[in-house]
Amino acid sequence: MLSQAAPETNRVGADALQQRSYKIVRLKHPGRWLSGVAVVILLALLVKAFADGKIQWDVVGKFLTAEVILRGFANTLLISFFAMIIGAGLGTLFAVMRLSQNPVTRFVAWLYVWIFRGTPVLLQLLIWFNIALVFPTITIPGLYEARTVDVVTPFVAALLGLGINEGAYMTEVVRGGINSVDHGQTEAAKTIGMSRFQTLWRIILPQTMRLIIPPMGNSAIGMLKFSSLATAISFTEMLNAAQQVYFVNGAVIELLLVCAVWYLLGTTVLNIVQFYIERYYGRGVARGASRPPFRFSFGLSRTAPRQANEEQS
Amino acid sequence: MTTVVKAINIHKNFNGQAVLTGVDLDVSDGEVLCILGPSGGGKSTLLRCLNHLETLDDGVVWIDGSIIGYELRDGGVLRELPPRKVRRQQREIGMVFQHFNLFPHMTALQNVIEGPVKVRREPRAAATARGKELLAAVGLGDRGGAYPSQLSGGQKQRVAIARALAMNPKVMLFDEPTSALDPELVGEVLDVMRKLAASGTTMIVVTHEIAFARDVADRVAIMVDGTIREIGPPSEVLANPQDPRVRSFLTRVLN
Repeated sequence: MLSQAAPETNRVGADALQQRSYKIVRLKHPGRWLSGVAVVILLALLVKAFADGKIQWDVVGKFLTAEVILRGFANTLLISFFAMIIGAGLGTLFAVMRLSQNPVTRFVAWLYVWIFRGTPVLLQLLIWFNIALVFPTITIPGLYEARTVDVVTPFVAALLGLGINEGAYMTEVVRGGINSVDHGQTEAAKTIGMSRFQTLWRIILPQTMRLIIPPMGNSAIGMLKFSSLATAISFTEMLNAAQQVYFVNGAVIELLLVCAVWYLLGTTVLNIVQFYIERYYGRGVARGASRPPFRFSFGLSRTAPRQANEEQS
Repeated sequence: MTTVVKAINIHKNFNGQAVLTGVDLDVSDGEVLCILGPSGGGKSTLLRCLNHLETLDDGVVWIDGSIIGYELRDGGVLRELPPRKVRRQQREIGMVFQHFNLFPHMTALQNVIEGPVKVRREPRAAATARGKELLAAVGLGDRGGAYPSQLSGGQKQRVAIARALAMNPKVMLFDEPTSALDPELVGEVLDVMRKLAASGTTMIVVTHEIAFARDVADRVAIMVDGTIREIGPPSEVLANPQDPRVRSFLTRVLN
């Protein structure tokens, strides 16, 4: 803008360039300082508001390590972990089915994704929880028979609901990953005589991991949070435990804040885990193996890859 | 001279487009055959038919005692073999691709021993020892631990050659092995192929390297429009072509 408004000020005769060496002065950014100060003031006001607000911080501190909360958090971690395992397994299975030569197999995989991605998780959880209304008993002829309500406990219902729902999303993620691997890889595997399963397991899937891990990390973080929906089917994960406590003592916000702290801690740990998994599967890809170890950037580094690059050079 | 590779009347169409229109080929044990010809002439497709990366529309491929990809039934019927049997045949036919197709998540050595260990179920220690020998033979004895992304194009292609050799193939197929390389890296790959030829390996090489064909090939085949127009010793075919299409192709590439 400046140069357009007054182009003449930039005009210099070639004879003005008398020196070979110059002192370069960087452009100042006063606006950045102003906005920075403004944001810090707003943040301080917000912190003060919460500090003065009606929150019994000592209650928060007390319940942060209360056994009932810790046990709830353990259940949250447990259900999230196993639901992710189920999701990843189903996702891989149905992704391979979607890429099958067999149209029936392809259709079944499509149907699975269509149904479980197209309905709310909460609804799916409720259906699993109430599945005994449809099938009062579970029978494997001659081997096993049980009442459904005894088998499908809240834990099992939550595991099935969250895991199967996750699998539908993972199917699309894994399918995208498999499709991104060059067809030459399959051909090379063929020429050394590898079976289709070996090719998938040894050649294709390891290469898709690099692409699957980032969305899978998002899913894992999402799963940790969505597992709180299982409170609706009375599975005592952390949020359910917190509710049970505040129904009695009335410290609603305090217990919700306790949960928030633990969820944040959990998702932060997942971020770190994701970083190292990504680095492992990035081996063989330029720069993948030589990335520096994890450290918290607190959003302060603008673009992580570029920074890594600068550090190396 | 015993015949190792025999192809009879190979036809191949892609979506109605005829790519191979009746190719016949005989390759003897230890022979080096270079296939030259203009782009789109069907050279690569022919190679891919030889190891059943492509199915055939007519004709038959025979390599060292067995029909590749099919089973001969009465009345001239070729029935497709199940994948398990095809894989047994394919692993005895080495192939080197234009774009290397190394497994990027494995080191050079892991690429080489993947087939022996996972397909032929050799003990890992023996396969590793042999893999190191093969890497040394292609001049990469010290690069076994490197990932493909850390290797130059020429080095990648030499690893790919070692990977194919690790399966002790009866014949080696090369699909434009130097076409994706920077000019200064072509020589190192051709040197390895020269050594391989001298060691008596049966080789079928699709290439644009006329000089290599002239020096190394026992016979040269020129493919135009899906057939082999001319085949014979390089001294005859390259110096004194009879077919007008072959002559015009050779004048274009030799000048």
